[in-house]
Amino acid sequence: MTQLIWDGLFVGSFYALIALGYSMVYGIIKLLNFAHGDIYMLGAFIGFALLTSMGGIPASLSLGALLIVLLVSMLITGGAGVLIERLAYRPLRGAPRLAVLISAVGVSFSLEYGIAAIAGPNPRAYPIRLEGGVFEVLGARVSLPQIVLMLIAAGLMVALNFYIQKTSTGRAMRSIALDTNASLLMGINVNAVITRTFFIGSALAGAAGVMAGAYYGKIDFLMGFIIGLKAFTAAVIGGIGNIKGAMLGGLVLGFVEAFGSEWFGGQWRDVFSFAVLILFLTLRPTGILGERVTERM
Amino acid sequence: MSENIDTTLAPLRVGPPRSPISRLLESRLIGWVTLAAALLAPFVSASPYSLNVMTTAAIFVLLASGLNIVVGYCGLLDLGYIAFMAVGAYTAGIISKSFELPLLFTIPAVLVMTILAGLIIGAPTLRLRSDYLAIVTLGFGEITRITANNLSVTGGPSGIFGIPGLLKIGGLDVENPAVLYYLTVLVVSLFVLASARLGKSRLGRAWRFVREDEDAAEAMGIHTYKVKLLAYIFGAIWGGLGGVLFAAHLSAVSPQSFIFLQSALVLMAVVLGGMGNMRGVVIGALVISLLPELLRDFASNRYLAFGLLLVIVMVFRPQGFWPARGYERERATVDVDPPAVATEQGR
Repeated sequence: MTQLIWDGLFVGSFYALIALGYSMVYGIIKLLNFAHGDIYMLGAFIGFALLTSMGGIPASLSLGALLIVLLVSMLITGGAGVLIERLAYRPLRGAPRLAVLISAVGVSFSLEYGIAAIAGPNPRAYPIRLEGGVFEVLGARVSLPQIVLMLIAAGLMVALNFYIQKTSTGRAMRSIALDTNASLLMGINVNAVITRTFFIGSALAGAAGVMAGAYYGKIDFLMGFIIGLKAFTAAVIGGIGNIKGAMLGGLVLGFVEAFGSEWFGGQWRDVFSFAVLILFLTLRPTGILGERVTERM
Repeated sequence: MSENIDTTLAPLRVGPPRSPISRLLESRLIGWVTLAAALLAPFVSASPYSLNVMTTAAIFVLLASGLNIVVGYCGLLDLGYIAFMAVGAYTAGIISKSFELPLLFTIPAVLVMTILAGLIIGAPTLRLRSDYLAIVTLGFGEITRITANNLSVTGGPSGIFGIPGLLKIGGLDVENPAVLYYLTVLVVSLFVLASARLGKSRLGRAWRFVREDEDAAEAMGIHTYKVKLLAYIFGAIWGGLGGVLFAAHLSAVSPQSFIFLQSALVLMAVVLGGMGNMRGVVIGALVISLLPELLRDFASNRYLAFGLLLVIVMVFRPQGFWPARGYERERATVDVDPPAVATEQGR
């Protein structure tokens, strides 16, 4: 039981990190960024490339090296997110929703098969593997890497929350989410803020990618597909467009999955979480924390 | 209220087409020419390999014409379309194997199952924003594949094989590749025609209205939810029948045939060909399915190319290469845009 809760919490914090990017972008420009899961994959591969180029790393330094790689990968994936927004989404602002969605699918496809063309279609093993002592807390097996990764995830989320609540850019983001035109009239540089949103969301997804690569040890070019779907589910559960909702949704989805695969068997895990998505969309499409009324197209 | 935003995706045609090229493209002949080419193709090359490629392409055209109803006519993005094909193929395969029936007799069951699948996915999500539908269908596609992979009824990862042929009457064995090819072309062309006609029907007009402006459509008395659900169900039926043909063609069904890539390829055929224009969609489907066979070098990087092409087409030509043209006459311009001065005086 405690084991399940711990597992759920751990997986859930990954989902939350990725769901944040989904939710931020959606909250601000009402765009479902299909490529978001692939940014996560991109982050994992950039981390892989950086670690490989650094050569052999002694085990004692692996955590420090990982932190540096994490930061650099976040910068690069953030830049990639900005580039994608500029090339594939900004020209289509104001275009029919279908065109934007299809463009997003195209970006996702290009990222997946671009990486497959560069890095090869076969799964790669991560050059460092986080290893650490396993100890028992209240009957749950907890390992040191898990704690470190969760602390990193929690730290990033706290920083993001501070950024959105306390800084002027954060205030601008919230105001654009409420009313884009009015924000423009109030002198907010909407395009710059949207660029920054994409940067932050993509950087968070990239961080999750590096962390997942280091923890699970195996990456492949399609790894972002299912996780993107899960992150969307998490965002919907929490209330899409709501930052705290995305964090909560990630954790809830983590729990639901941990218990679901315990009851129904691991091979049904994805089916189960998808059923939860359908259930939420039917019964409470605004999610747990979402107050905003679902708009009609 | 003075804003007069033209939201139509396709340019309106007023009067007959102007250039000789577009007159050629708009002529009714082009459908017959394509059909004739499809019928004559086996006389050019009838090796088992080329028949296999051509049958696959024909089934792909059927899928694209079904997805065109959902995406092209109604403007709903379906990213898990291949799941309907999976439902159709598995239903047909399981029933015909366990009852030793020719595949033809499984069609009623296939229809029931695909319509049910369409309702399960469409009913809760079509009330919401269309983005949700896109991602839910994406999930549905994956879930269908995973379920087929996990269940024992569907044969698990190895799938079902040794499925009986479509039909066997005396000496005419439909399992013969050439006969199956002709039958497939016949069925596919009928369904392509049907979906083109559907697009011009009253329901088709309602679909396009919903695509252009859902609120206005609702205000004009169109039950948008019902209309969207109908588009979804029609799409499901097309996909399910594609699945039956697929099962007949390969006589085996396995989960690997229904990955997301396949859904994306069908979507590309629709988008690149021109959303809502059935001729464009047929040609798009033929290009997407035949090009990798013709250009082997292209085949390795084709998915990257397709992805980039999707973005480029959306940015520069959001209606597709060959969009549907409005075929109804525009109203006289008088009542569209009264001059501003006149309204000032009228007050």
